[in-house]
Amino acid sequence: MGVAPIIDRCHALLEDLDLACVSEWKAAGEGRRAVGFLPVYIPRELIHAAGALPVGILGAGEELEIVRGDACFQSYICHLPRSVVELGLRGKLDALDGVLFPSTCDVIRNLSGIWKMMFPDKEAIYFDVPQNLDPKVGGVFYRDMLAEIVTRLQRLVGRDVSEDDLRGSIAAYNTSRRLVRELYDLRAAEPWRVPTSETYLLLRAGMRLPVEEHNEMLTHYLAEVRDEDRALRDNARIVVTGTFCEQPSLSLVRTLEHAGCYVVDDDLMLVTRWYGPDIPTEGDPLEAIAGAWIDADDETPCRYVADGKRKGQQLVDSVQRCGAEGVIFAAPSFCDPALLDRPMLQAVLDEEGIAYTSFKYSENTAQLQPIREQAGTFADTIKLWSDA
Amino acid sequence: MKSTVIKEPSMVQQKEMISDHFQKLSEAPERGQKVVYTFVPGNLTELMLGFGTLPVHPEINALQSGMRKLSGDYIGAAERVGHSEDVCTYVKCDIGMLLDGNVGPTGKKLPDPDLLLLSYTGCFTFMKWFELLRERYDCPVAMLHVPYQADGEATEEMIAYVTKQLETEVIPKLEEVTGVAYDRERVREHLERSRIAEDDLVAVLEAAKHRPSPIDAYFGGVYYIGPMFTAFRGTEAAGAYYRQLRSEVDARVAAGQGPITPEGLLDEERFRIVVEGPPNWTHFREFWKMFYDEGAVVVASTYTKVGGVYDRGFRHDPDRPLETLAEYCLGCYTNLNLPTRVDMIADYVRDYAADGFLINSIKSCNSFSAGQLVMLRQIEDATGIPGGFIETDLVDPRYFSASNVKNRLESYFQMLQQRGSGLEAESA
Ligand code: SF4
Ligand code: SF4
Repeated sequence: MGVAPIIDRCHALLEDLDLACVSEWKAAGEGRRAVGFLPVYIPRELIHAAGALPVGILGAGEELEIVRGDACFQSYICHLPRSVVELGLRGKLDALDGVLFPSTCDVIRNLSGIWKMMFPDKEAIYFDVPQNLDPKVGGVFYRDMLAEIVTRLQRLVGRDVSEDDLRGSIAAYNTSRRLVRELYDLRAAEPWRVPTSETYLLLRAGMRLPVEEHNEMLTHYLAEVRDEDRALRDNARIVVTGTFCEQPSLSLVRTLEHAGCYVVDDDLMLVTRWYGPDIPTEGDPLEAIAGAWIDADDETPCRYVADGKRKGQQLVDSVQRCGAEGVIFAAPSFCDPALLDRPMLQAVLDEEGIAYTSFKYSENTAQLQPIREQAGTFADTIKLWSDA
Repeated sequence: MKSTVIKEPSMVQQKEMISDHFQKLSEAPERGQKVVYTFVPGNLTELMLGFGTLPVHPEINALQSGMRKLSGDYIGAAERVGHSEDVCTYVKCDIGMLLDGNVGPTGKKLPDPDLLLLSYTGCFTFMKWFELLRERYDCPVAMLHVPYQADGEATEEMIAYVTKQLETEVIPKLEEVTGVAYDRERVREHLERSRIAEDDLVAVLEAAKHRPSPIDAYFGGVYYIGPMFTAFRGTEAAGAYYRQLRSEVDARVAAGQGPITPEGLLDEERFRIVVEGPPNWTHFREFWKMFYDEGAVVVASTYTKVGGVYDRGFRHDPDRPLETLAEYCLGCYTNLNLPTRVDMIADYVRDYAADGFLINSIKSCNSFSAGQLVMLRQIEDATGIPGGFIETDLVDPRYFSASNVKNRLESYFQMLQQRGSGLEAESA
């Protein structure tokens, strides 16, 4: 049957700005609730354990003209909050009963307050990810916060969340993380077989579907894609970084591919791609979630890197592990975390002799030709040097 | 209407304290005194004094570079080494100054830090800022994560978390760098002095409830009233300074006088305004003049609360040194959620009998600016008073369009007058 029907379904989900799929899911069971979350990191296990559907809120991409959202923000700000507010004001997030705002940056932090003022009837929970990684300090605070969020979710869904509920959810998301790792490993090994436009669509589908269904979808795709007959091209192997929060449009991702880039690693849809090991399903589940966060040495621009010597090391590791030939820094315009990080990461790449190029985008960037030219030139240069 | 330039004793005192501070900083390496770079919001001045360290505040360097018309070049230099035109200009101004030899406002080179004390209260950019400085200095970083008051309160868990970080991260690093052991009693003494100075500070700020207001709580607030509170809070000199300032302000109230502007006493208060957001520093005088030329006096501002919200009741409590510092960090203005910020501004409008309120939206500062247009409408709803909105930047001169700002301010003041606010409308 091939991967086409799976990808078609992902595509339909991507375009479902009204969250009809979420409303359908809610209508299929008594008292079902859906809880949205903003990028980058949220322990979706908590929402799932409460029997609710975790739904990623990723803006409107290139799909929606922003009118009312623009009136809420100054000119020098990334696009994501404008389109989230637009979606909210147009009733397109009505299927959500609450929203979690992680401490990604000042914009999302302030968006939590805007949300409270504009949509007072919906639960708004701020999720303050600890930057102190001492288990006895940041770990304790984190566990307390998780417990508080569980209490609030319990109120929202009107039922208790047991430790076993949480363990079951951890197991479901461990499976998800394993499948996503497998998908990424396969793409790094055979990028011509697994295009990034497909991995991206698959991961975005995970922002709408229940995790069990998404796990089935990933399993199915992984089985089918190995039989796809796709031609190997002489593309450059690239790591894309900076796309952890405001997501580029699918057209932009395709533009990179058309420009001659095989993306072998990226930080798109980071919430699904937590690199750390599986979270233990024994013991205190909240402590397990907190501990896994503390232990994971994932580097994103919104996480403090305590050891300055390790700054940028994850990017270098990714380049080496995936056999990449260069890095594209693709950052949302006006994104302080990504853009302030960039010079530090570029300095590390300079030291390692890894080639890179940079551009800015927004989720609704319409002019893709300049990006295509830049990425194309970069890919050509890499190929030229590697063939020399 | 305005007379000659006025220099009150407190102004002379402040000038001396600042130049003495920079003198000490330039001599610090020779004397072996340790230097700590840290930020204004959530500053741990009393704790740092307890270890005998001298603070450097990169934001203050940046704003002073802005006032000295150097920031444009510094920002350009940072952009030439790869910093994006989109990001916080304070950071770029600081990096540019560093690239240019890190020369402070007195013309002397600032000493390198012995410790970067990263207490990032109310802004994530602080975290990146010190990651960037860490690349250039070979010194430890003490990181203090201050959770956000997203639901409008500092919970017990938050206070415990910050206190614990002071114990396990900040104090050990200060001990390591200075070789001095934490002395609770010494910190307690500094906190006691702070508490007294805080009473005087609040009395000065609240004097603006008088009509005419004897102070300008924004331009004057950041120029004359606030600066001492950052580097000097907890010192005897700061205590004396605020006592002196309070007595001068009391005298102006008794004499029915308005605030002191760079061109002398303002003798006619026409509009009482509340301002949200930081000022522009590159055209500070010009910006201020646009207000006092119209007889507009700022009676309350939020920017003067980034270093603490004492007028809302907070006082450092000497008997709980670390907990009180934790509560202080958690309560600084930009660490408050937007609904709390709206309430605070609406209260100011009422309590200070303001005719209007104005938002100065800083282009490159998401911490302050993201959501200010929504705040504007909420404050309008709460007070029934239309707000004004302008966009400038802290230190990037490219983003200050004097004619545009002036036009907007003039139309705003005109509108206030037409709707029956302000002195002339009242007496008409
Ligand atoms: S794109 Fe960047 S600035 Fe915008 S919300 Fe995301 S992390 Fe914050
Ligand atoms: S973003 Fe705003 S609050 Fe943060 S460092 Fe820059 S100017 Fe200061």
